[in-house]
Order: sequence, then C-alpha cells, then structure tokens
Amino acid sequence: MSFLELKNVSKGFGPAGTRTEVLRDINLGIEKGEFVAIVGYSGAGKTTLISMIAGLVKPDAGSITLNDLEITAPGPDRAIVFQNYSLLPWMNVYENIFLAVDQVFPNWAPAKKQQHTEKYIEMVNLTPAREKLPRELSGGMRQRVSVARALATDPQILLLDEPLSALDALTRATLQDEIERIWEQDKKTVFLITNDVDEGILLADRIIPLSAGPGATLGPSITVDIPRPRDRKAINHHPRFREIRREVIDYLLGVGGKKHATVTRKLHLPDLEPEDLNVPRNFFSPRRGPIRRTEVKQETVEIDA
Amino acid sequence: MNISKFKLDWLILPLCGAIVVLVLWHVASSTVAKELPSPVKTWTASKDYILKPFEKRGEMDQGILRFTWYSLILVAKGYAIALIIGTPIGFFLGLSKVFTKTFDPIIQVLRPVSPLAWLPLGLVLFLGAGKQASELGALFTIAICAMWPTVLNTAVGVRAIPQDYLNVAKVLKLSRTKTLFKVLIPATLPYMFTGFRLSLGIAWLVIVAAEMLTGRPGVGGFLWQEYNALIYEHIILCILTIGIVGFILDRLMSLVEKRFKTA
Repeated sequence: MSFLELKNVSKGFGPAGTRTEVLRDINLGIEKGEFVAIVGYSGAGKTTLISMIAGLVKPDAGSITLNDLEITAPGPDRAIVFQNYSLLPWMNVYENIFLAVDQVFPNWAPAKKQQHTEKYIEMVNLTPAREKLPRELSGGMRQRVSVARALATDPQILLLDEPLSALDALTRATLQDEIERIWEQDKKTVFLITNDVDEGILLADRIIPLSAGPGATLGPSITVDIPRPRDRKAINHHPRFREIRREVIDYLLGVGGKKHATVTRKLHLPDLEPEDLNVPRNFFSPRRGPIRRTEVKQETVEIDA
Repeated sequence: MNISKFKLDWLILPLCGAIVVLVLWHVASSTVAKELPSPVKTWTASKDYILKPFEKRGEMDQGILRFTWYSLILVAKGYAIALIIGTPIGFFLGLSKVFTKTFDPIIQVLRPVSPLAWLPLGLVLFLGAGKQASELGALFTIAICAMWPTVLNTAVGVRAIPQDYLNVAKVLKLSRTKTLFKVLIPATLPYMFTGFRLSLGIAWLVIVAAEMLTGRPGVGGFLWQEYNALIYEHIILCILTIGIVGFILDRLMSLVEKRFKTA
C-alpha cells in the first residue's frame, strides 16, 4: 500500500437533482519521498482534490489514507500551501511562521521554537524581511513565507495548490528553482497541483494529467525520467522533455479534453425596418412602426463545456 | 505651493464657511427670528462659561467644560457597558446561524427604538435604587441604544472573515481559544472598530436626551435648565459644545479605527 492512497474518490457539489460531479473515480498512490504533479484545466477540480487530501473537504465516496490512516480532518501532518498565500495579515513574517511552529511543537523550549522559525525564514531567504507584514511583501515573497510556514511544521506530505500561478513569469521561475532546491535538501513527499506542464516536468518525479470537468478523472501517470538536478535551460533540449510534454498535452487536449456541447438559446433580432414617417403621428392614425418588430428565433451553437 | 494648498483646504475654506453661517445667523436673528439670540449676544452671555470653563458656582451653574466632563463620564460608563455586552453578542451572531435566526428579529425590532422611549423604562427598572435611579436609568438607556452598531458590525465582520484564514486555523488545528484570539478577533477588529465608532456617536446623542429628562448636571441638563430659565443664548452654547465634542470624539475614534485596519 502506498504512502498516500486515494481509492475511487468522488466529489460533487450542489443540492441533489442539480448536483454536478466535480471529481469521479480518482485513484492514486504516492510513495514516500515522491514529488507528484497533477496538471489540469482550471476549474477541473484540482483545488477540490487537494482540499480533500488536506481534510478540509470530505469526499462523497471512496477513501483517502495517509500511512494507512484514513484522513477525516485537517491536520499539520499535511501542510498545505494555498494559491493565495493565506498568511494572516496582522502578523509579520516571523509571527506567521512562529504560530505554526508553536502549534505543532508545543513541548519545545521557547528558544528552540524561535531558532526553528529563524531557520526556515532563512531557508527561503527572507531574514531581512522577518519583521514585515504580508502587505509589505511582494507576491513572490508572500508565497515564500507560506512555503516556509508549511515546511516548518515538518509535515509528512507537502500539498502545493497552484502555489505559483498568481505570480509573474520571472518570479515564478525563481521560486520553481527554489522549491527544487528545498526539495533536494529534505526529500519530502510533495503533491503539487499546477496548470503549467513545464513546471510539472521541471519539478516532479511523476506527472498525472487531470481531465476537464465536470466528472474529472486522472489520466495515465507519466514518469519524468530526466536526471536531477534539472537545469531549466538545459531541460528544454532534453529529448524526454518534449515527449513528456506532448504526452501530457495530447491527453489534456484529446481524451481528457474539454467536451463539446451544443446549446440552444434565444436570439433577439432587432427592429429591421424603421417607422414609416409618412403616417401622421396622432391618436386616430394606424401605428407608425417599426414595421418589422423584434424577432425572436432559436439558435443552436457549439460551445466548450 | 503644497503648504498654501493645505492652508486653503483646511483653514481658509472652513473659516469662510463659518463666517457665512455667522452672517446668516446674525441676519436671521435681526429679521425673521426675533427670539433667536444674535451671535454677539450669545457670546456676551456665554463668555463666562467659556472663559472659566471649569468654574463651579452652583449645581446647575458651572463652566461649560465641567458640564461636558460630567456628560463624558456618564457616556464613558454607558458606552463601556454597551461594548462589553455588544461585542460578544456580535460574535455569537456572526458565528452561529441558529443564534442569528433566533435573535435577529428581536434585535431588528429593538434597534430603531428611540432613547426617549427607553429612558422611562430605565428609570422604572432602577426605581429601587433611590438617588442612583437617574444615573442607572441613563446608563441603561445609553447602553441599550449604543449597543446595536457594535453588535451588527461585529457580526458582519465575523461573517466576512475570509475562508483562507479559517483554513489556516483548521490545518494547524488551533484550539478554540487560540482560533478566537489569533484569527477571529484580529480579522474582525476593523469591523468592530467601525461599530465602536458608530456606537460612540449614538451614546453621545443619547446622553443629551437622558440628561434633559433626568435633570442631571451635564451639557444636556444645562441646556434644558436654561431653556426653562429663558436664557436662550445658553441653548446655542450647549448645542455648539455638543457638536464640537461629538466631532472630536468621532475623529479620535476614526484615528483608532485606522490604526487597526489590517489588510
């Protein structure tokens, strides 16, 4: 049995009747120390998937186990880095991380807690900004605080929910390198969700595409057999890079791609012929127009579901 | 350039406004409203109270700041009671849907009731307190009238806490007390202080009514007494004092409020 195991997990939202199934039959096993990336469309249910692993959302069917223990509630053994950082705005960098450290290691001496916090602030290169409030930091710095907070609790698995998608391309590249560097240090189990295939290939051991919703499900698992450490410039020329990339994209555009659907909708055609100015404007004469009034027609179009 | 602009915006223009109003007041007092004391008459009749603001000549004949001080003390007490009762109620309303559904209608019914309607009830409630009855009745009225903005704003603030912050608390498994003090209260503070500011405004409104009806020494009590004594200049003095003090209180609270704006 795998370290983290999802078995036939399904999840839907909405009241019975109009309920839409977001995720269907998710089966996944992640080994200890593995870095797995899930790539998929936005709105496919990626965040729902990671929230279920975090324990913030309960699956409708199926089971999720970590270390053979069923996940029923959130806990610090599964640290999560949210897309929108989720730092507490009234606490500075140090306090945000210390809150987590203090909570997870209540029995440590104060000096040890402090030292531990400082260590992780340094790990993400934020020591000069330790007294700053989140609103005084750039997006990239905030996300680093969030990563440091997650790592400082020494979790069994690190859940990254599109951690870099709110950042500009350059900052994203720097942080990708930084995540790779940190991961090389302590080889934590990481579950990364992203909409960027290249990011997945650069960081992960395995990439799994998630098909488009509703009823999204996982595609075939693709092993990224490119040796580490991976250099972002060199990797572009690696023959496997393009193959993996094509495989993932083919799946996302093909089988797992967006389903086409047709809808019929009402079309309102505007007044075509203007009013007849020769008809006098008074109470007794016939209506001046317009002669052809708004027409309502049915139209059938194909849309991306 | 900037300094002169600043002077124009914050000194010269407001002064012009005040002068216009003074002129209108003067014209009105000498033409249409003969009973209205003119600005000059108001000043001559009031200058004793303004220039010796802390003098005490008798129970109902004291310097204007001394009266203001009495009123402020009473307001402070009533306001403190309003906050102490109102904030927790607001938290319960924000946190529990059942609590909201149970008590929201009754709150909406009690909220628009005028202080003038509460005061007699307050006096009746504390009838047994003897000499203290008027003070306790006034406190009751201030507290119950000033409470609502705090209650409602706190409730709105608690409901508006972003799910992200609550998720942080859940993932870290913070205890209930820790969640309250590290997440809920800091996240609600800006809303709470908006409520506190509005509550203070209402408390200051209520004090005047309460003092008028109970005849306690204070700005409102003085105003009513001078009306009965036919010294109309002092009514205007009281009105201006009430306005200025209210304005200062509001400014102070908005400074505090700004300090607590987080995100």
